[in-house]
Amino acid sequence: MPEHVASIKMYVGVFLTLMVFTRITVWVAYQDLGAWNDIVMLTIAVTKAVLVILFFMHVKYSTRLTALTAISGFFFLAILICMTLNDYLSRFQLLGPLVPGK
Amino acid sequence: MASTAYDNRLEGLAAPHGGHHPSLQHQFDSLEQQKESSTLGMWMFLITEIMFFGGLFTAYVIYRSTLHGVFAAASHELNVNLGAVNTAVLIGSSLTMALAIRAAQVNRQKLILLFLFLTMLLGSTFLVIKGFEYAEKFEHSLVPGPGFQFMGMTYRGFAPDPEHVSPEVLQVGDKAQIFFSLYFIMTGIHALHMIIGIGVLLWLFILSWKGRFDSTYYNPLECAGLYWHFVDIVWIFLFPLLYLIGAHVH
Repeated sequence: MPEHVASIKMYVGVFLTLMVFTRITVWVAYQDLGAWNDIVMLTIAVTKAVLVILFFMHVKYSTRLTALTAISGFFFLAILICMTLNDYLSRFQLLGPLVPGK
Repeated sequence: MASTAYDNRLEGLAAPHGGHHPSLQHQFDSLEQQKESSTLGMWMFLITEIMFFGGLFTAYVIYRSTLHGVFAAASHELNVNLGAVNTAVLIGSSLTMALAIRAAQVNRQKLILLFLFLTMLLGSTFLVIKGFEYAEKFEHSLVPGPGFQFMGMTYRGFAPDPEHVSPEVLQVGDKAQIFFSLYFIMTGIHALHMIIGIGVLLWLFILSWKGRFDSTYYNPLECAGLYWHFVDIVWIFLFPLLYLIGAHVH
């Protein structure tokens, strides 16, 4: 089989990186950074997810079709969250001027 | 039929380019095409899973954007240490799962069994720790429903004086039910995925025991791995969003 066999060193390396990121995200959570807490937390989570997808889920070594399929899943998720937030976050603004006396 | 498959296997061993591989389904031209198809199909399924959990994450985002302080205070009730340990356990199980597939790629049959066993063991460890966490929530009346009682509103100045709790504070405390509803639904469905995953791995363990997988054919291992890693990714997001948002609140 012409299958790519990744080295054990690579797998362990990815695992250790994920562990380090987990430690960092817990440490950051105890610091009061205001809105940056969420930003740092989500950036680390996305980085960890990308590492798992690329190396553990072999997307880095798979065909373009598989990679595109994987990306499309997260694209749909982005549509779901963004469109829903478009609605929810704009509702109250639209209602605002309608409230009497304001 | 059994003898045909056996004959095919013998033929395949005798002439690698001649007879059919016993695991090659007749609708596919080659093992490569079969593997590509199963991987693609599994990703299609995972897209539906992304959307399934995506609905819950969207609900979380909407409620958190309106109940920011309540979510932080409610999150404070979760055990960050147990959550962090479970994150490590789950990422560890992803490592052993990936190594099980690698063992198949390099024809190490016994290593497949060992790593599948370790993956199931770590998965079970995760569920046991989760069980202890759930029990603690039941003890502290933090399960949404008639018995729900949230006393954590002293954080963030919602109730500066615990002796004098205003109705307004009680109302805000009640809203913490939304956080705990999301917590139980999201972690509960995640745990259900883990249980199903362990079931699948058990089945693959038996097939591996029978020597069904080697470097030429390990599609079921690859697909189960994709599923297992996906469940890991869901937890990678659940852990910070549920456990860590209230950590810096004292």
